[in-house]
Amino acid sequence: MKFFHLVWRNLLRRKVRTTFTFLSIVVAFFLFGLLMAIRNGFGAGVEIAGEHRLLTTHKVSIIQLLPIRYQAEIRSTPGVAAVTHSSWFGGVYQDPKNFFAQFAVDPGPYLAMYPEYVLSPGEKERWLATRTGAVAGRKLAERFGWQVGDRIPIQPTFWRPASGPDTYEFELVGIYTGASPDVDETSFFFRHDYLMERVGDIGQVGWYIVEVEDPSRADEVAQAIDARFANSAAETKTTTERAFMRSFAEQVGNTGAILMAIVAIVFFVILLIVGNTMAQSVRERTSELGVLKTLGFTDRAVLGLVLAEAVLLAAGGGIVGLALIVLVVPGLEPMVQAFLPVFRVPTPALGLGLGLAVLLGLASGGLPAWLAQRLEITEALRRR
Amino acid sequence: MGWLRQTWAVTLFSLKSLGQRAGSSAVAVAGFAGVVAVFVAVLSIAAGFERVMASGGSDQVAIVLRAGSDTEMSSGFELEQTRIIQQAPGVLRDPGGPAASAELFVIVDVPKRSTGTSANVPLRGVGPEAFAVRPQVEITEGRSFRPGFQEVIVGEAAARQFAGLELGNRLRWGEATWEVVGTFGAEGSLWESEIWTDARVLQPAYRRGSTFQSVYARLESPEAFGRFKDALTSDPRLEVDVERESDYLQAQSRVLRTLVHVLGNLIAALMATGATFGALNTMYSAVAAREREIATLRALGFEGGAVVVSVLAESLLLALIGGLLGGGLAYLVANGYQTATMNWQSFSQVAFALSVTPALLASGVIYALAMGVLGGIFPALRAARAPVAVGLRRS
Repeated sequence: MKFFHLVWRNLLRRKVRTTFTFLSIVVAFFLFGLLMAIRNGFGAGVEIAGEHRLLTTHKVSIIQLLPIRYQAEIRSTPGVAAVTHSSWFGGVYQDPKNFFAQFAVDPGPYLAMYPEYVLSPGEKERWLATRTGAVAGRKLAERFGWQVGDRIPIQPTFWRPASGPDTYEFELVGIYTGASPDVDETSFFFRHDYLMERVGDIGQVGWYIVEVEDPSRADEVAQAIDARFANSAAETKTTTERAFMRSFAEQVGNTGAILMAIVAIVFFVILLIVGNTMAQSVRERTSELGVLKTLGFTDRAVLGLVLAEAVLLAAGGGIVGLALIVLVVPGLEPMVQAFLPVFRVPTPALGLGLGLAVLLGLASGGLPAWLAQRLEITEALRRR
Repeated sequence: MGWLRQTWAVTLFSLKSLGQRAGSSAVAVAGFAGVVAVFVAVLSIAAGFERVMASGGSDQVAIVLRAGSDTEMSSGFELEQTRIIQQAPGVLRDPGGPAASAELFVIVDVPKRSTGTSANVPLRGVGPEAFAVRPQVEITEGRSFRPGFQEVIVGEAAARQFAGLELGNRLRWGEATWEVVGTFGAEGSLWESEIWTDARVLQPAYRRGSTFQSVYARLESPEAFGRFKDALTSDPRLEVDVERESDYLQAQSRVLRTLVHVLGNLIAALMATGATFGALNTMYSAVAAREREIATLRALGFEGGAVVVSVLAESLLLALIGGLLGGGLAYLVANGYQTATMNWQSFSQVAFALSVTPALLASGVIYALAMGVLGGIFPALRAARAPVAVGLRRS
């Protein structure tokens, strides 16, 4: 620690070069944070999905509906603790560009199934009492400036009303928040009984969500459910919610691998840039290092000095870059909300980033430091 | 003339001495190459997707949907309405009748080959006219489905991306079993991601009665579109939206294209900032290493402008090499890579190959050259402005 001042003065000796190197490290870690936020956004659905929940969908495809009478049959399957349903609405609010997810659900059982959607007791009560009631996620409400009590008209696409006006008008009775930061706060839920009332009671739902008593027996329960409806008009496919989310993410594409490839290239380039700076500054100081050694600095101390300089530069840049992205992400959030409901730099990524910054310092300073350590005094003093 | 000769001489001089600064120059080249590789590779996703969507759509084909539906999924027609649309003026007629196909669009769950996870694959029920509407569709293996039989033909891209779609396989969807009797190609377009069957067979299997979801009509000429559209929209028996197929597919690919473009440009811009700082370092140190030499040249009467140009030329050369390397790397790694993604509008998979187009490569190199100018201009100005006397005294 007592040589901190020396390390610091060495960094400041070539201010322009240090500044540029520092800035490129800042940019690299800013980008790293951004990519990690994107990756987290794509994977958030998978992370939050519970292993104790199963999804039962139509076997042919998710867009086909299932009869509502399946609910009682699924409930009576051994190992099932609870069951509820959900249906994709896919309506348009003012303009198709204002896309957000809308689901028709059975409020009481649905909220019980998904404790991660938090609604105040008063709001929940109002929803149960209001047939046309709907609840929206906090971010969604912020996006359109909705307040509780607002009337929200939505144009149907698939679910055309059998009678009455063409548009569905919902009353916003509550705004839900997520129990953890990775919970999607951009969805819109309304009542399935109201949907049935408008389209003429067709007795269909999109899919079922099943809670199992024992997650370790989830596969068994899933098979039992599917066996019940085998050879019927609407066969089912039951998987854990997590497997479902994962296959859904796979449908979008291998975003994780693409993002990681970019991160790898970024770090490779930055490693070269920082390594080059360190090598240059050690080369320029060869004779000085010789003087230090003459004064009695050990080889190890010289190694430490050079390494400390590199690590200080890299870690400093890393911290500033990560801090900047953490500050900027909340501002970007509304812009990407339609694509990525969850957009934040996950805490583990910050730790990983910091670790990478130190590693970057060690790797870029390693070779110059090693050369500095091996330097012969006579040789060093002769070089100018 | 003298100035040009001077500039040429100094530039040649600085390029010849590049070898002495090999390490630091290589770093700048790697920086440029990294940025260009990422830029080109990411945007090749958008280019490949766009190519598939664009080559599927013709401006001589019109798609008719129920009014207010922006996708086939949410559209619907009674048999009677499809008849009226098929008979509308402007539709190309051949001996077999009007070239207009009433179609059904559903999705089926098929596992992805690469991951084994399930994916939404489009299953399209078409009329016998579908092949006249889309002449690019060609059976490449086996035969076409027979009308009235539960047989399907599979697009080549779908057969590549998804498992179990081989010729002769039987597929069970719902209560019906379908046999794969053929594979079709469509010049690499969107249709190759689909599975096709006879619409009349698909209707009962999906309990659609005698309804359809869309009508695709080949027009007599691209100009006939106006006549066709006016006839349909003014017909009191119909409530329809009419669009050129090319515009329709263009709109379908907009979300993904926008997303990839914004992301690709953002990432590349950030990386470029970082790499430009690296290039600045390289060029400043190149200038510093040659301080005495530059001062000597200027003492001999070479002008500052010539020195500026020579430093810029060096930085541009490094950028050019980096840009070409990066573009080449992206081409080798990404071009032709087969993948599939979700088309959000139709909620189904579109298979496509990443496409590193010449235009992309060119913009990558331009990107690199821009970084080269930024990274070279300040060091160049410094070199030209440094007092000669001070420079000469340097060791």
